[in-house]
Amino acid sequence: MEKFTKLIGTAVPLPVENIDTDQIIPARFLKATDKKGFGNNVFQDWRFNKDGSKNEDFVLNNDAYSGPILVAGNNFGCGSSREHAAWALGGYGFKVVVSSFFADIFKGNALNNGILPLQVTPDYLKNLLQTIKENPKTEITVDLEKQVITSAVGEQSFDIDPYKKVCMINGYDDIDYLLSKKETIESFERERKMAV
Amino acid sequence: MTVFLLKSVKIGCFEPNIKMAGKTLFDKVWDAHVVDTVANGPQVLYIDKHLIHEVTSPQAFAELEERGIPVARPDQIVATADHNTPTVDQHLPIKDALSRNQLQKLTENCDKYGITLYDLGHEFNGIVHVIAPELGITQPGMTMVCGDSHTSTHGAFGTIAFGIGTSQVAQVFASQCLLLTKPKKLRVSVNGELKRGVLPKDVILYVISKIGTNAGTGYFCEYAGNVFEEMSMEGRMTVCNMSIEMGARGGMIAPDETTFEYIKGRKFAPKGAEWEQKVKYWKSLPTDADAEFDKEYNFDAADIEPMLTYGTNPGMGMKISGHIPDKNDENLEKSLEYMGFNKGESLIGKPINYVFIGSCTNSRIEDFRIAANYVKGKHKADNVNAWLVPGSQQVAKQLVEEGLDHVFTEAGFTLRQPGCSACLAMNDDKIPRGEYCVSTSNRNFEGRQGQGARTILASPLMAAATAVEGKIVDITKNLN
Repeated sequence: MEKFTKLIGTAVPLPVENIDTDQIIPARFLKATDKKGFGNNVFQDWRFNKDGSKNEDFVLNNDAYSGPILVAGNNFGCGSSREHAAWALGGYGFKVVVSSFFADIFKGNALNNGILPLQVTPDYLKNLLQTIKENPKTEITVDLEKQVITSAVGEQSFDIDPYKKVCMINGYDDIDYLLSKKETIESFERERKMAV
Repeated sequence: MTVFLLKSVKIGCFEPNIKMAGKTLFDKVWDAHVVDTVANGPQVLYIDKHLIHEVTSPQAFAELEERGIPVARPDQIVATADHNTPTVDQHLPIKDALSRNQLQKLTENCDKYGITLYDLGHEFNGIVHVIAPELGITQPGMTMVCGDSHTSTHGAFGTIAFGIGTSQVAQVFASQCLLLTKPKKLRVSVNGELKRGVLPKDVILYVISKIGTNAGTGYFCEYAGNVFEEMSMEGRMTVCNMSIEMGARGGMIAPDETTFEYIKGRKFAPKGAEWEQKVKYWKSLPTDADAEFDKEYNFDAADIEPMLTYGTNPGMGMKISGHIPDKNDENLEKSLEYMGFNKGESLIGKPINYVFIGSCTNSRIEDFRIAANYVKGKHKADNVNAWLVPGSQQVAKQLVEEGLDHVFTEAGFTLRQPGCSACLAMNDDKIPRGEYCVSTSNRNFEGRQGQGARTILASPLMAAATAVEGKIVDITKNLN
């Protein structure tokens, strides 16, 4: 996994609530057996019109907005457990998703792929969305070590599981940790068998 | 044991008023599976059963391969092909090359690592959340995971069961464990008498419409009250299945005689002395009377009616007699624009051209019995395409044994082969753009059943009635 410590960049505003993983990556694109290429199809059905033409109203088709940060409405990533949603966002180039609330499974999937789900207060989110809309060049700094997001809206600290923070900063994943616990797991299995 | 008692007495002396709160069903199962705790971090949770399917497993197998890691406990994994399978001509090679490749990969991986696979055409093949319970794989007190958010279904047995991402699928392959922070505890109680025509699907749609799609995020839910106690296992599975639609990773119902009766005699159920021993343990699992929850909701069963969704998430539901909310809300407006509905309107009388009875929510034998009972002697409306997709080969077989297949075919319904089908429309079972589908599945997201398709979630009874009438009707007026 790629390491993540600090990121400075512009953002794409997507002020829609309850964005589910079916929108992030529709099911018909889940037929691949590797993790490549999902970025091309992120938000596919919002990016294109019925006739296949570009939906010029959709923010990802608006050249004014770009950057490694997606700022989205409340309850981002609800629905299906498909990790393809994280691969699609990462493949497109997003490293951080800012929202006022994340669905559990998506949050875990994002962290397992080096994408930071950054939860801010509803007020901060509202102001940030407005600020980016008015000034697409708004610069945002995400400092994972200090757990602080800084923008024209102000500075706000954010929470992250301390273990996951260490993983993100060092590029570790859970498999490394779990494999280091092999003996503990095996002794747990033995004790359980005896208890039955 | 002696040490433990002494310690308890000692604490008692210093703090005479402090009493250890009881444990919830969730606590009991969770605590029994904690292998280790990371300082200041998550816990290592042991997983008893790992269910896999073709869509969310290939990248996990590839990950192991790349890192040279073996599968730790292949005998605790069960595989099926369900998400991306055709529901017609399953005996023929799959036409779509990508789908065929995905199934081929599953077969190769299962062969390579010695994992039991109920492949397409196998007598035990079917939707992962239908087959594991019907084969007796799902048992109370277990931890179960699957790369599918509706794994919450198995909680109906008093099991900690939840959906995971593909990285976690790889973690379980590698270690039979997951790193997790223990969720908080939520209890949803529904007490009282349900009205006629109100099914388990209506109960859960009602609950979600009341508390919203993220009320359960960060929580594991327990469903309690006489309504759930009196439900069949099929009904309990429908309820637990949709826990994720209110954000909860999982939902559980205390195991009881109904649970034991369902499991007994199934293929992988414990037998003989082991059965007795297991039942004794299972009986110790229900939540203690003095256990505490972080959040509780209570509902009156009498307030529930047959339910329908009008929007693009499962929380946007209303009673059949209700009207779409009339309020200024951008998200509501965006949803209604997609659905082609107006604020303040009733859905009764809306013409519907597609009906889907299937999915891990409502594709069990009881669901088809309910639908057949209504349909018997009637015929579907001319405008309606009515698709019935059983959850498994076993359900399909039972349909025939009970003669329900005749009831449906005589009524003009199309009976297809098992699979996830039009619930997520990965295969060819797609609802055309702009069309409405009254569906017994679990999600009404934009495009879920096909690009531009408009989903109205409902119970199998409501779906059957819609198929017969060709429009949405108030089912309570049609019941004798």
